[in-house]
Amino acid sequence: MRADPAILPLEVADLGFQADGRWLLRQVSFRIEGGRSIVLGHNGAGKSLMLRLCHGLLTPAEGQVRWRGPGGGDSVRKHAMVFQRPVLLRRSARDNLLHALALAGLDRRSRALRADAALDRFGLAALAGRAARVLSGGEQQRLAIARAWAVRPQLVFLDEPTAHLDPAATRGVEAALEVFRQEGTAVVMTTHDLGQARRLADQVLFLHQGRLLEQTPAPRFFDTPRTPQAAAFLRGEHID
Amino acid sequence: MGDAFAAALALIAGADETLVEIVLLSLRVTLSALLLACVVGLPLGALLGIVRFPGRGPVVVLINALMGFPPVVAGLLVYLLLSRTGPLGALGLLFTPGAMILAQSILILPIVTSITRQVVEDLWAEYGEQLRSLGSGRLRAVPTLLWDGRHSLVTGVLAGFGRASAEVGAVIIVGGNIAGHTRTMTTAIALETSKGNLALALGLGLILMLLALAINAAAYGAGRAARRSAGL
Repeated sequence: MRADPAILPLEVADLGFQADGRWLLRQVSFRIEGGRSIVLGHNGAGKSLMLRLCHGLLTPAEGQVRWRGPGGGDSVRKHAMVFQRPVLLRRSARDNLLHALALAGLDRRSRALRADAALDRFGLAALAGRAARVLSGGEQQRLAIARAWAVRPQLVFLDEPTAHLDPAATRGVEAALEVFRQEGTAVVMTTHDLGQARRLADQVLFLHQGRLLEQTPAPRFFDTPRTPQAAAFLRGEHID
Repeated sequence: MGDAFAAALALIAGADETLVEIVLLSLRVTLSALLLACVVGLPLGALLGIVRFPGRGPVVVLINALMGFPPVVAGLLVYLLLSRTGPLGALGLLFTPGAMILAQSILILPIVTSITRQVVEDLWAEYGEQLRSLGSGRLRAVPTLLWDGRHSLVTGVLAGFGRASAEVGAVIIVGGNIAGHTRTMTTAIALETSKGNLALALGLGLILMLLALAINAAAYGAGRAARRSAGL
């Protein structure tokens, strides 16, 4: 269903980022072909930072983020990001989608079609005219996901999208993510919820103190983690 | 004093022709100046709020300081600008409502700009990452942030209106307080008070305050209704 040239695989090589002379992320290398990658690690391990670097919101101090597919030269609008706390504009749910689509360069007619399709796809059609800021937390996050979906990305970064949500809203968000899986859109997501990680992950990227210790297929990571740090993390402990 | 008050009410109730003319001119001058200041000040303030350049700090301080620009000095500068031998003297604007509009818009431009800058700067801190993720540059974010800050920006616009409608120094210098031509409520109050015609002065003063009250009440009501429906 996708006419755009592929931007994947995503190749990250020796990625490093420092603030105030301290390395927050260093020598991180991995490759993502597709599927669902869940980024795990303790607070401050550099998970959100890594997502922002990959998405291009921050400039790495060293190393590269490369989109290796034939469409990778112009990857800017082909990956999207959903933040922990969705930032929605002070206007209706539908207008939030229209705004994002206008920024993506669509003409007026396509914007309307695409916005309505997104509202339908994520079960938000009944809320289309409601002010985005009065929606519940779960609805707001689903709208943010619909907004990311609307621009037809090939990869979506999600930074702890369910951290502030109750179990019901979390299920709603996970159901929304199912749309990406069905359509073959790659997902890279951080979470603190190990149950969620087990439910969603095809592979796990495990970060520890700014280093990537594992990139492992999910079943193997959860059964037999390679590093003692990952094993401790899964037991709910912290070792340096 | 009591007599003057009664006479003032009679003037208002009778919609005295001179009075109506003065009130309409005042509104025309002040609202035009406000419009002009907003057309320039809203985008200018928004840009100052989100664009970083060397010397931005001093510029922000200067504009904040200009919020307290003395009206008579603003009037004097515009007077020099528009006087026959001044750089814009050929326009023949001095002692016309056009000159008064120019002087007042210069006076309130810093207020509109400064408050817009603060509102947009705060919004950018909240929205910046998301907007950049959606592919918006800082320039493209200006209309988005102005629209999303509309409820807070009303305060800045009202402050501008308040300052323009209340000042007398600038309009009297560049307008000349010519009866039937450039006489506004504030200049008329100053003149009539000095002539001892307290009834007209008091009537004008009452109208001026009522107008300010009505406009602010309307803005407050509209803002509350909009906020309720938008959940802010």
